[in-house]
Amino acid sequence: MIPVAFDYQRATSVDDAIAKLTASGGKAIAGGHSLVPLMKLRLSEPGTLVDISKIPGLSGVKEAGGKIEIGATTTHAEIAGSKLLRDKCPILAEAAAEIGDPQVRNRGTIGGSLAHADPASDLPAVAIALDADIQIKGRSGARTVKAAAFFRGFYDVDLAAGELIVAVHVTPVRSAAYAKLHQRASHYAIVGAAVALDVKGGVIQSARVGLTGATTHAIRLAGVEKALAGKKADGVAAAVASAAGEAGDLNADLHASADYRKAMIPVFVKRAVERALARG
Amino acid sequence: MTTSAPVLPKLIGERVKRREDPRLVRGLGTYVDDLKVTGMRHVAFKRSDIAHGTIRKIDTSAAEKMDGVEAVFTGADIAKILAPMPIGTPFPSPPHYAVAADTVRYAGEPVALVVAADRYVAKDAADAIVVTYDPLPVVVDPEAAMEGKPGVIHKDFPNNLAVALVPSGTGVAPDFSKIDNTAVDKAFAEAEVKISQRMVNHRLVPNAMEPRGVLAHWEPGKETMTIWSSTQNPHILKTMIAAMNGLGQHQVRAIAPEVGGGFGAKINIYAEEYVCSVVSKKLGIPVKWIEDRTEAFVATTHGRDIIGYVDIAARKDGKVLGLKMRLIADIGAYNMLLTAAVPTLTMLMANGTYDIPAIRTTLTEVFTNKTPTDAYRGAGRPEATYFVERAMDMLARELNMDPAELRRKNFIKPNQFPYQTQMGAVYDSGDYEKTLDVALKAANWKGLIAERDKARKEGRLVGLGLAFYVEVCGLGPSSSLPTGGWEHGQVTIERDGRITATTGASPHGQGNETTFAQMLADQFSVPFEHVTILHGDTGIVKQGIGTFGSRSQAVAGTALHLAGAKVKKKMAQFAAAMLEASEDDIVFENGTIGVKGAPAKAKPFAAIAGYAYVPVPLPQGMEPGLSDEAFFEPANNTYPFGCHISMLEIDRETGEPTLVKLIAVDDAGNLINPLIVEGQIHGGLAQGIGQAMIEEAVYNDEGQLMTGSFMDYAMPRATDFPRFEMASTVTPTPVNPFGAKGVGEAGTLGSTPCIVSAAVDALSPFGVKHIDMMLRPEKLWKIINGGGRS
Repeated sequence: MIPVAFDYQRATSVDDAIAKLTASGGKAIAGGHSLVPLMKLRLSEPGTLVDISKIPGLSGVKEAGGKIEIGATTTHAEIAGSKLLRDKCPILAEAAAEIGDPQVRNRGTIGGSLAHADPASDLPAVAIALDADIQIKGRSGARTVKAAAFFRGFYDVDLAAGELIVAVHVTPVRSAAYAKLHQRASHYAIVGAAVALDVKGGVIQSARVGLTGATTHAIRLAGVEKALAGKKADGVAAAVASAAGEAGDLNADLHASADYRKAMIPVFVKRAVERALARG
Repeated sequence: MTTSAPVLPKLIGERVKRREDPRLVRGLGTYVDDLKVTGMRHVAFKRSDIAHGTIRKIDTSAAEKMDGVEAVFTGADIAKILAPMPIGTPFPSPPHYAVAADTVRYAGEPVALVVAADRYVAKDAADAIVVTYDPLPVVVDPEAAMEGKPGVIHKDFPNNLAVALVPSGTGVAPDFSKIDNTAVDKAFAEAEVKISQRMVNHRLVPNAMEPRGVLAHWEPGKETMTIWSSTQNPHILKTMIAAMNGLGQHQVRAIAPEVGGGFGAKINIYAEEYVCSVVSKKLGIPVKWIEDRTEAFVATTHGRDIIGYVDIAARKDGKVLGLKMRLIADIGAYNMLLTAAVPTLTMLMANGTYDIPAIRTTLTEVFTNKTPTDAYRGAGRPEATYFVERAMDMLARELNMDPAELRRKNFIKPNQFPYQTQMGAVYDSGDYEKTLDVALKAANWKGLIAERDKARKEGRLVGLGLAFYVEVCGLGPSSSLPTGGWEHGQVTIERDGRITATTGASPHGQGNETTFAQMLADQFSVPFEHVTILHGDTGIVKQGIGTFGSRSQAVAGTALHLAGAKVKKKMAQFAAAMLEASEDDIVFENGTIGVKGAPAKAKPFAAIAGYAYVPVPLPQGMEPGLSDEAFFEPANNTYPFGCHISMLEIDRETGEPTLVKLIAVDDAGNLINPLIVEGQIHGGLAQGIGQAMIEEAVYNDEGQLMTGSFMDYAMPRATDFPRFEMASTVTPTPVNPFGAKGVGEAGTLGSTPCIVSAAVDALSPFGVKHIDMMLRPEKLWKIINGGGRS
């Protein structure tokens, strides 16, 4: 639990952070709740840590032009406690409130969680369901990536060396929900399903579904989305039945076999849909 | 005239808040890692990353060259200055080198160590040591191990048998010279109902909040060794460190500063303690080692890990005629201080609270390539309780009897105490039926049954569990402990009337500074705040054994009370001289010492104390001063008991179990501080429920601990539990003057069987009769979906 020696630099602005990351070839750190445990186990040995947690303006939840912007260094606790999110986009607050434990939520950040992309973390699925725009900045400028395209593989995201997530933009959806099967030690998701619905008169007009914990990385379940369209509450169970098949190769570990995950995927997608429907 | 001074409240039996907590919760406690000694260096261990192999080569050259590294020791180097480690049980044991000399036998075993200027350099250098191994077959499954498969771990222990089949119970002579199976065979031949079940009481990682740590300081000028350690028993540590360093006990001082939990795993005297002491002596400098959490998972002893083949024989009316328990303990790679003794307590308590005419238990202890086991909260008794209570529950189910009524029918009756069991124990006192009735009432058992049946009709999977336990506590007479079974206390009245007392029990979360102060404050009729309890330092506490086996109040509390009585008598003599009264008429009352029937003559307590230290005139035949000590050895152990009831609901879709209710009714005899007792029971329940529901140490076929961090090993959290509903009954013990039995481990006993029985009840519609812990959702989901039945 003792990391190897590393240099530490504190960034004062996003541009400063990018310059320091580029110059040092180091890693950005905000809450450190994904990176530091790996460093303590000596599984990650960055030569330099560039601390972005004190960069002014990089943290906070605000509404602009019908969208909600969440700064990269906003903590899970801040997201869970945000009145704006609880009123207008409760899925985010709800998912953030189920991450880890209070210490993790008080330190861990949305940008860190998305960039680290643990296969079992909660927010990637939510970002996919909300069709979030992930705002990225690097030496060559700013760009935006859709969440569903951002997560590419096992701890693999569309983020180049020297690039930083600066914010996440979502179009708020009230009828969206997240349901997960907790791994009881880490409280990561064995299976986590995030669902955002467009509902009119009790009928699902369209759906977006994100799945985490089950595969190498968070994925979108487009087939389930199609099946859900046009369904009322009584048609949900049948519509989600194919969810596991669509997910492809499933993770298997100490806590859950692939067979169990396969059975749990439709259960938790259904639960998320039902909760989202209940929010109207 | 009545006195206007406030009357001091009687404190024994009161819910006094723990005086330890204000410093501990504010981070003001001093633990081993907080200590610094001038010139201190830091130790880091290189540990084996394989489970079994011979060491072909250790290359320490890179480590030795690193800046700040003072010394590197391999196992061979340490073997020159430290003999193999001793154990505390009378069983044969293979040599166990503190640092492996030629063979490693579990992943995490030390193979070398570095002494360096700071912890970071020490760790970097340990990482730079390169060890080449020749792998040996890895022994993981204890039942295969018993047949020597796939290999043998210690050459002088064929088939990996650490302890080969020890029998106990009905018809077994105390020296095992004669084993008569007639009664047991007859019981099973005559039985109308028989139940047979293999049960696994799985392995756990103790995980005290504070990992272990050692600071050893050899002072060459004084030729003394001071060793600070996060231990439960500094006096045993002192004895062992002296012996292994070739020193007299007068040369060693052992100090347990603040200790952040032990749960039995800090009884053992560990390799790191011996190694730091010999390295400090060899180099002539103080050295410190602090265990990190990753090390703690593999380097601190584990708990439980016993397989029980349990057979129970009964008549159709529920009367139990016979019990058989074949126990196989997977003790890991080595015998530690008490390792081999722990499963013998499972044999001792096999019959639980029942009057069973014929019992046969056998015990086999097996080496495997895993971290060694040793005591863990309950140490052998939760295992016994689990096996016998699960068997009773299965019997009740088979007979379609209420589990409470089956127990009532078989209880040892109040008029049978003291009760000599078939297993060799003498239960001191008990009234089990009373406690059962209190529990049934507290739980509203009939109402719970109705609630369960209603839920079942709605298609929900709700189950009830009930378990009764008895444990052996207050350890114990010296015949039951190789260290001696007494405790020591010293009480000193200071010149200003304040009381300083020392106890040989070394608390690490039990709250003895509070409970012992309550006792002494009452004994002398002085304010609670005027009494201070010192512990944990062999330089201050003359003698002691330590804190384990729920013994502090029953044994150490009594020793202090007896020391207090001696001092009180002397103080009364001083008072009699000062007040010109007869010693027999002296009364200690409300912070004063006076004469019976003459309240105006009373003097403040402090005035008499002052007189004892400046005795002008010195009463004839008396020595100045007020300080005395006592050793107390109980004539017997104590046997607290209780009844736990739970309601559990299982999610039909996911298999996730939720503990809905837990009712605990415990009888620990008379209570000094019910608030602390409840806290102890809460903690025990958390560990028992943790074992039943979420905690499990899992090894893979290569002998690697798969649950080696808190990411994979679930520690229970407050949110995992319902609000515990608690009540108590009081059946005092005759073996100590307080009638107190001990309560530190109780919560771990009743909780595991009552929760597993509730899970079996919930899933009984699927035909399941037994489920092994832990209750993994996937395991339960499989049963719901037609698989995984046993």
